[in-house]
Parts: sequence; structure tokens; C-alpha cells
Amino acid sequence: MLEMAPAAAGPTRRGFLITATSAGFSMAFVLAEPVLAAGSSQAADAAAPFEPTIWYDMDHDGVVTVNIIRAEMGQHVGTALARIVAEELEVDWASVRLRYVDTDPKWGTMVTGGSWSVWQSFAYLSQAGAAGRIALIEEGAKLLHVGIAGCAARNGAVSSGDKSIRYGEIVRRGQLARSYSADALKAMPIKAADDRRVIGMPVLAVDIPGKTTGAARYGLDAQVPGMAYARPKLPPTRNGCKVTAVDDSAALGIPGYLKSLVLDDPSGTVPGWVVVCADSFVAASRAADLVKVTWSSGPAAMVSEADIQAQGLKLITAVAGGSMVVDDAGVDAAFSAAKSTLERDYTTATVLHFQLEPLNALALQKDGRWEIHTGNQWQSLILPTLAKALGVTEAQVVMRTYLIGGGFGRRLNGDYAVPAALAAKALGRPVKLVWTRADDARFDSPRSPSVQRLRMAFGDGGQVTGMQHHASAGWPTQVMVPAFMPKGKNGEPYDPFAISGADHWYTVGAQRVRAVSNSLANSTFRPGWLRSVGPGWTNWALESFMDEAARAAGVDPLAFRLRLLGGNGKNGVEGAVRQAQVLQRAADKAGWGSTMPADTGLGLATTFGQERDMPTWCACVARVHVNRSSGVIKLEKLTVVVDAGTIVHPDGALAQVEGASLWGVSMALHEGTEFVNGQVRYTNLNTYTPLRMRDVPSLDIEFIASTLPPTGLGEPATTVVGPAIGNAIFAAVGARLRHLPMRPADVLAALKKA
Amino acid sequence: MTTPITTIFQLNGQTLKLTASPDTPLLWAIRDVAKLTGTKFGCGIGLCGACTVHLGRRAVRSCITPLSAVAGAQVTTIEGLSVNGQHPLQKAWVQTQAPQCGYCQSGQIMQAAALIRRFPNPTDDDIDSVMNGNLCRCMAYVRIRQAIKIAAAEVQGVASHA
Repeated sequence: MLEMAPAAAGPTRRGFLITATSAGFSMAFVLAEPVLAAGSSQAADAAAPFEPTIWYDMDHDGVVTVNIIRAEMGQHVGTALARIVAEELEVDWASVRLRYVDTDPKWGTMVTGGSWSVWQSFAYLSQAGAAGRIALIEEGAKLLHVGIAGCAARNGAVSSGDKSIRYGEIVRRGQLARSYSADALKAMPIKAADDRRVIGMPVLAVDIPGKTTGAARYGLDAQVPGMAYARPKLPPTRNGCKVTAVDDSAALGIPGYLKSLVLDDPSGTVPGWVVVCADSFVAASRAADLVKVTWSSGPAAMVSEADIQAQGLKLITAVAGGSMVVDDAGVDAAFSAAKSTLERDYTTATVLHFQLEPLNALALQKDGRWEIHTGNQWQSLILPTLAKALGVTEAQVVMRTYLIGGGFGRRLNGDYAVPAALAAKALGRPVKLVWTRADDARFDSPRSPSVQRLRMAFGDGGQVTGMQHHASAGWPTQVMVPAFMPKGKNGEPYDPFAISGADHWYTVGAQRVRAVSNSLANSTFRPGWLRSVGPGWTNWALESFMDEAARAAGVDPLAFRLRLLGGNGKNGVEGAVRQAQVLQRAADKAGWGSTMPADTGLGLATTFGQERDMPTWCACVARVHVNRSSGVIKLEKLTVVVDAGTIVHPDGALAQVEGASLWGVSMALHEGTEFVNGQVRYTNLNTYTPLRMRDVPSLDIEFIASTLPPTGLGEPATTVVGPAIGNAIFAAVGARLRHLPMRPADVLAALKKA
Repeated sequence: MTTPITTIFQLNGQTLKLTASPDTPLLWAIRDVAKLTGTKFGCGIGLCGACTVHLGRRAVRSCITPLSAVAGAQVTTIEGLSVNGQHPLQKAWVQTQAPQCGYCQSGQIMQAAALIRRFPNPTDDDIDSVMNGNLCRCMAYVRIRQAIKIAAAEVQGVASHA
């Protein structure tokens, strides 16, 4: 648990008061629902705080502490969520504190990903705030001896005419016990957008000051007395290795070296692992360099990137196989009858998360429970695995919450907690397991390489009559949470996070979207969810292809897209029209259609985010200059326009789009790796080269003003930048690039073909 | 790893005496012996800058600075940059809301402190040259640049009024 406040928070004794059964939120791939309040009523305790739902409590001074179940990893999510509560509760923001909670079943599913946090939480946190406000008004009215009708709550007080009472006093003197049904909570009146005083207003993020003084506590900073330090000795492949011999004789000379543990892992998470323990990290790390381990390795030791991509190409080339995510009637007929067709293939390379805080976890046994101290994005996913690994029940494992030094999806997969727990169990004392940077890269769950084939059918007058999108990659959800895979039209399950984005909002006639799991990728490494996940590759292909299709049809790429975003049929009016709006706005801002200097061009791309049921409309125009002799791509400017509905924390939203856009730049031009004999080739910054200060382009980011429900915005901008740059390169020099990342050598090769 | 010896240096104005192999990286002495965890471990090869501290007045990468190089020296970490977290850079970092995950920011701020000492009125080129070695994986670069300029202006203003 991590508490953040400008001043000391009030008492945190758990009182009880209002019960309710559940608050709904629907999310296609999250199974459990959070419960609004837990426990049965008990006698009101004179010192108990007011705790109308599990989401916050209010102490006798009126200080509100909001329980944050999402991971804080740079998105200032705690601030945004607490602002939602504060809006309805009518509490003074200066009286609000954040409590980043440890795991507990009462919180429901604990996951921070998919840009879902604000979108998923907005309704129930608003309702929870409203419930508290109504109770405070009712009790405040009684204490003021006035009717409820004339009472209003504002800035932590209830007033009626010239009478007023502070919330703290109401908590001290009032009878705040209330019981709401789930339906009653859902029916809580929420403010009209015009009445908002907190949401959408500027505020300083609560987590930031501690990040400027060294006070912020990350998983790497967790420590307990008597803990041993450890570093993993990684097997040659992620899957299928067995330890056949360990020789630690050379490590015995390292002062502080304790022992090397061969992990016995009933959960199968870390096969073939050896963990080297010592009384300091330096000793553990140096000993690990000296310990000799012999393994029998899995077949992946013979697999490289080209093999994975060849397999992907074979899979999408075959007519059969895979899951039909979209399969309209008449696709084949549209292509048979087409006046012309266009077919293009696109590929992307392996990408590392490279979150700056290397993986780490501290595990210990205390009071009959296992405690895992680490930053994590999906506690509910890894807890059952930890329990299985340790041979205990889930109730006997708790994860303590820390700030995350970069998530980007890496810490959705909590596999790194398992070897720490197993090592602590085997050693019989607390173990802090720390990955070196190279260990972290090798144990990453990278973004899978991908292969995609897109086809378009044109009828009379260049009208688009059909479209197909076939994509193959490693499937993170298949490997880690197969139960979350929905079924396609042909009954075959698919990983939505490996194909979303291909089910776009363009009206293209008869449409087919087919996702094929690359089993060679899945067995060679553990594919991961990386910022924006599937659209990181699907939107690269889609938006590059749209540009190629426009040019094939002899139509301006903006006009071509706008024509297909009319909001017809399944692409309901609101959605596609909002996408057209951001596209037009970005084009206008960037000077689309204006004359460019030599070898300079504008390219555009758009996206609806990750999922059709949470669309975030985003468009980008990139301006690039290409050096024809060196192939160097100079990205001059990005213009990005986002419509994410209501923006709760405007500066936090802007920071997310800045970061997401520059992630897009980094993956388009600066980073990327490849598998060589079952391992990623680049493992540290001497060879893996994310974007740095010097190469940051000019950024012009705008949000569309909206009072519609908030959607997620941590990711969408990531996926428009690559295709916008690729399209701009084509506009500048006529070279078409179809592989990410785009390197100068690729530009030179494409220029030869142009 | 060689035989442990005793090394004495000043850490944020306090004398730190520790017995360790002289090739132990300063980073781990700061974090695990002195228990000052604001200085972060990122790459271990001096290329991310998360571990940046001051050795005397110079910004150095503590992950590749051996204890033998700091004997008798003054080392300053983020915790020692100011007494109350109100160094002009720290204030500018809050004003611009620069940190996202925040993990690199101790190093960014320590590097920037050395930058504005060397270049009191830094140009964009100066900032690029000095800050390019500090990776921000959240890509908060636009705000880091802005914060450096704000802090430099404040220091300049204070200096010109002194």
C-alpha cells in the first residue's frame, strides 16, 4: 500500500457503513466485477470514518482518502480517479488523499492496461461520490435543522441559506449509516457536464512531487531486514529448458555469495531457472556471471526472427486456418467481380518494452502469508499462478503495491514475481530478485513480430467494394489468459489484442478480418502486451495500405479516407463521423495540401484506438524530410488530434498523448530487435536505441472538446505515428516502406524501386 | 571482485565509511548501504543516466563509477540536491509536470543541475548535447527541456538580483 498526500492522511481504520452488492462495469475481457461495498453492518464506532463505499473513506476532519486499485506508472491515474470522486462528493481537493491499495479480493479485478482505467471507473466512482454527497446532505440537513431541499454541498460543507456545516463535523455527529442496492447506486444522479467544477479543470498530479526528490518508492526500492539479494541465471530459451548441472565453484570466492538455487516451479512459469543468491546485489550479480549452468534446451534454441516471419507468411497465405474476426457475406464475390484489386504485405519487427526500471520482486513469508513486493499491472492474473507455484491458496498471497518505473504492458505479465517467491521459499528467508538490464531484455515478453496481408477490391468508378485483412503474430492472450479469447465468426478463438484495429470503421463493402496465431512465435518466446498491443502492427498495415489504396485509386489520401468514414451500416454514424472529424482537423492544422520543400512530405494516419467498444478517435499528420543520398529520415513535426470524450485530467491526458506519440516515433524509426536462436539480439542501450532528446520532433497536440463519456488515451497515439511517417516518406520521395522499424537502408532500398 | 577495503567519502554532506570491494559500483553503495534509493538502476553500463549523481561538481554515472574513484570525494545524490526539494529544477519539474513514471527523473534532474552550472542560459543545442545521454522511456522530453529553461531562467534571475 502506498499513500500519497500533501499532508498526513487521517485515520484509516476501516469502519463499515453502507452495504451494496455490486456495481457494474462491462468490459469485454475482464471477468470479475468490483464490489461497491463489503461486509455487513456493524455498530457505528464513534471514531470510525465515513465509508459509504469501498472506494473511499472520510475521516472526522473531512479528509477523503480514495482507494486506487490501478497501478501508478506515469499516467497519474490516481489523480484522475480521485478527481472523479471529488467532483460528485463536492469535497475540497486539498482534502483528498490517495491510497494505492494492496491486493484484496474485495477490489474485484485489479488490472491496469488497455487505457481502460478512467473509462471503466468513471461511472462507479461518480456514483460512489454521489452516494456520499447525498448521505452527507441528508445528515447535514438534520444537524442544521433545515429541510434537505434547500441544502447544497460544496467544497466539503453542506449549506442552507446562511447556515453551513463542514463534512468533518457531519462525520463526527451524524448518523451516516446507509444501505444502497447496486441498482440504487447505479441510479445515483450524476452531474450534468455544465455543472462540473473538478473534471476537466487543471490540477497538479499528486504523484509528481515525490518523483523530483528521490522520495518516490518503486519496487526496486523495497527492502526488509534480513533479505538476501538474487539475480537470475536465465536459461537459453524462454520455454522448455531443464537444468542438467550447476557448477558454482568459481562463485565461491565472491564475498557474500550464498548459493545457487535450481527452481522447482509447479506453475511452469520459469522452467530451467537458476537463481543466484548473495548478501548484496553486486555479489549476486558477479556470482551469477561465474556460475556455470548446463541446460537441455527447448527447440526454440534453433529459431530466429526470419523463421517466425516465414511461418507467419505461410499462415496468412494459406486460405484455411485462423479465426474470422469479421466475415461479411460476399467478400469472395466482391473480389471476383472487382474491376481492380490491390494487395500488399506489411511486417513489423520484435519490440522490447525496455521499461527503465528492470524487473524485480521481493518475496517473503510473514504471519502465515506470502507477501510479494513489486510493481504490477495485473495482480488478478498472477495471484493464482503465485499460489500454484508456492503450493498455497490465493488467500495466502498478497501483493504489496509500489510505483512502477515504466509499465507499457510489461508488468501486465507478472511472471517475474514467481521466481522471487520460489527463491524465498527455497532459501527460507526474504529474497529480493533483481534483473540486470540484459536479463530484463532476455526475459521480456516482447511485442511479437507480425506479418499481414491486406487486399482491396475496387468496383465501378473506383468505389471500394471489398477488403480483407489477414494478420499473423504471437498471441499474448492465448499464451497467458486463453479464457479471455472470444470466438470468431467461424467459431475459432482469437486474441483480440493481436487483431484489434483491423476491424476498423471505414465502410469498405464486404469485409473480412482474419487473425492467425503464430505458434512458432508462441513457443519461442512469451508474446507480450505492449503499449497499444495489436494496433501497433494492425494500424501500421491498415493506414499504410489506405494510403497505397488512395494513390492506386488516384484520390488524395485524406479525401479517400473521409469518403469511407461516412458512418454507414455497422460503422454507426457517431463513430466514423468522429473519426472523420479528427482526421480533417489534423489535416487542416498541419497544412494538408500545401506545397512542400524538396524531399519533404506530409503523411497522415488515423485510428479508433484499441477496441470498437471503447473508441478513442485519433489522427496524426507527420512532416518528414528525407535525405536521398543517406536515407536518413528527419521527422520534423507531428500534428495529433484526439477525441477521447470527456477529459478528466487535461494535463495528464496531454502528457499521455505526448508520450504515446513519441513511443510511436521510437518504434517507427529508432528501436526494434530480432530473435536469434531463441533470444532477442539487442539487450542493452549500446544496441537497443529508443528515442532520445535530440530526435524529438515538434509536437502539436489538440483534444476535441467533448462531454461524451471518457475513453482511454494512453495508447492510441502510439499507432498513428508509424504509418503517418511512412506515408510522409512516400509523399516526400516516392519510396514506399512496408516494414517497421524504418531504417535509412530501407529508405535507400525503396528509393531504388521507386 | 577484489578484497574488501574501507572507503570513506562524503555523501550529501555526511561521512560514509564502508567496507567493500573497491570495484563495487557507487550506485549500489548509495542504494543498498546508505539506503538512499532516489538514485536508480537502469542499464548498468552508463547509457541511460538514471543513476546520475554528482562527484564534486561533475555529473557521473554511479553505475559505472567504482568506489575507488570516490575515496575522499564529495558525492551528491537527488536527496542532497536541496534541503527541502525546492531546487529551481525540482520546482520547474513540478511546474511543467515533467515526470510520468518518474524513474529516470532523479538522474535527469542531477544531469540538468550540472548542465545549468556549465551553461547558465542553455540553448536547445546545449540541452540536446548534455541531456541526450539521459533516457526517458516515458518520453517526457518536451517537458524536461521546458523545465530546464524555466529553472535556468530562475537561477539567472536570482543571480542577477544578487
